[in-house]
Amino acid sequence: MLARAKILLFGVISASLGAQALSGHINPYFLDVIIGIGINIILAVSLNLINGYTGQFSLGHAGFMAVGAYTSAAVSIFFGPHFLARLGGGGAAIALLFFIALLAGGTVAAVAGLLVGAPSLRLKGDYLAIVTLGFGEIIRVIFRNIPALGGALGLNGIPGYTNLFWVFAFAALTVYTVTAMVNSTYGKGFLAVHDNEVAAEAMGLNPTKYKLVAFLTGAFFAGIAGGLYGHFKFSIDPKGFDFIKSIEIVVMVILGGMGNTVGVIIAAVILTLLPEVLRPVADYRMIVYSLLLIVLMLTRPQGLFTPRKRALAERKTT
Amino acid sequence: MNEFLQQLLNGLSLGAIYALIALGYTMVYGVLRFINFAHSDVFMIGAFAGFYLSRYVPRESLAGGFAVLVGAMLICAVLGIVIERLAYRPLRSHSKLNVLITAIGVSLLLENVGQLMFGAKTKASPVLFPSKTFTFGGLVVSSNQIAVFVVAIVLLIGLRFIVMKTRIGTAMRALSFNPIAASLVGINNDVVISFTFGLGSALAGAGGILYSMNYQAIDPLMGVLPGLKAFVAAVLGGIGNIPGAALGGLVIGVIESFSNGSRWSTWTDAIAFTLLILILLFRPGGLLGKLEVEKV
Repeated sequence: MLARAKILLFGVISASLGAQALSGHINPYFLDVIIGIGINIILAVSLNLINGYTGQFSLGHAGFMAVGAYTSAAVSIFFGPHFLARLGGGGAAIALLFFIALLAGGTVAAVAGLLVGAPSLRLKGDYLAIVTLGFGEIIRVIFRNIPALGGALGLNGIPGYTNLFWVFAFAALTVYTVTAMVNSTYGKGFLAVHDNEVAAEAMGLNPTKYKLVAFLTGAFFAGIAGGLYGHFKFSIDPKGFDFIKSIEIVVMVILGGMGNTVGVIIAAVILTLLPEVLRPVADYRMIVYSLLLIVLMLTRPQGLFTPRKRALAERKTT
Repeated sequence: MNEFLQQLLNGLSLGAIYALIALGYTMVYGVLRFINFAHSDVFMIGAFAGFYLSRYVPRESLAGGFAVLVGAMLICAVLGIVIERLAYRPLRSHSKLNVLITAIGVSLLLENVGQLMFGAKTKASPVLFPSKTFTFGGLVVSSNQIAVFVVAIVLLIGLRFIVMKTRIGTAMRALSFNPIAASLVGINNDVVISFTFGLGSALAGAGGILYSMNYQAIDPLMGVLPGLKAFVAAVLGGIGNIPGAALGGLVIGVIESFSNGSRWSTWTDAIAFTLLILILLFRPGGLLGKLEVEKV
């Protein structure tokens, strides 16, 4: 299974390289939407590892995205010019700079994930949700108070390095990493921690470490997504990474089925296209979102794409 | 010294409002072990109910003000009961996560319907009670703040009476200890839960009116931050613990007031959340609460 996954990974990366070469021919509006889809796939799949597979209900994912966005933007804006001047400023140099910027964003976001994950070790369900929400808000307030990064007015002038290749290469990498992790022997531990932490601990697993790894990995890829987002929109501001953004990603995970990577990808595509489709009635978008959440929970809590058998396992066992 | 007392007074006034909202969170958690995310939006609806009801009463009159207060509380109580019936009750057998997500959905729904129906722009609060400002040797006290204290104290005493001295209050307490045992002794859990929601929502509605009186402006998203801070207050006092919620509300209100008056005022929101995280790390039971041991 892993061999097939690797082939798929390299296949998608090559395809996206090819697609990028041809991207001049695509309608710019469609290009934007497709890039948006790719970024949301990364966000949703990374959150799925934390929420879906490991069962840690995190409502602060937008905070990790923010950390990645600001860090990578800072690298590009402050460090970029020196770097490019030293290397002559060709396409390869820009690619390297962007890669470094994204990795920096992901790494700092992963550190943030560690900081958020550590207090979460003792908390369950509702409390965890509120604490992660709180962390997301704290991160937002911190960035609002850093004048060097634009403060409340946001950070402008981010070079537009994001393109089809980068987005889908990283999307493929995210999906591969999460899937490979969860389907490995080590990865069964995530599901064990999700199902019953006490039993998992009794079996000799360390739920603490699994939760931390989940937060770390999820935050890393959210940071990458944030970096891609920043270099796509040319400017970022703290308001764009608030609780509502976190909820939008959570809806993707729930719609797709918590712990169902393929379903989550489809959900990410649908929920990126939905605002575009609903553009004529844009005022009602959030109402549709909230009704969707409620109706989904009342009628099909396992998500749209999870088969019934797995759904039964999700019901309360006590 | 004057400045300190003034901030303290403002803080207690704000804290009383947070206490009223926190009580709703804590009561629902007590009977259902569930955090009602939509509670903050019931608070917002209370403020808007006051806005629209105030058109039917004469301005600045005591009787009119009370009529609006009671009216808003009734509307919010009904809203709370309806929400519980439609969105939470069908999910009682499902995992807690699903109910939490539904609560988030209800919260977003209320906020966005509010934006659609009331318009997203901020509106000026109606003037409900006769407004005067008193000065006690350097301290400025507005009649609105006095109204906050009076209403909050009356409601808190009323709540304590209901919870401790009436049958339904005893039923609420029984449910919070053990729902199955409660139903075995003849308590109708559904009725008690609906009542709890109604009561908590009525208090949130009162909080909404008092908040709008003190802060002059209302908008459909006004519930988000006060709601989160009130939740922090409930956890601070020990979630599920009614006096704890009141105490927590006062503490959070005072801290916020002092923070707003200091040079770190832009960090005020972060302070509340940091406090929450610290409490959950070092004293998860809260100031007055007991930690529940997870039994296998």
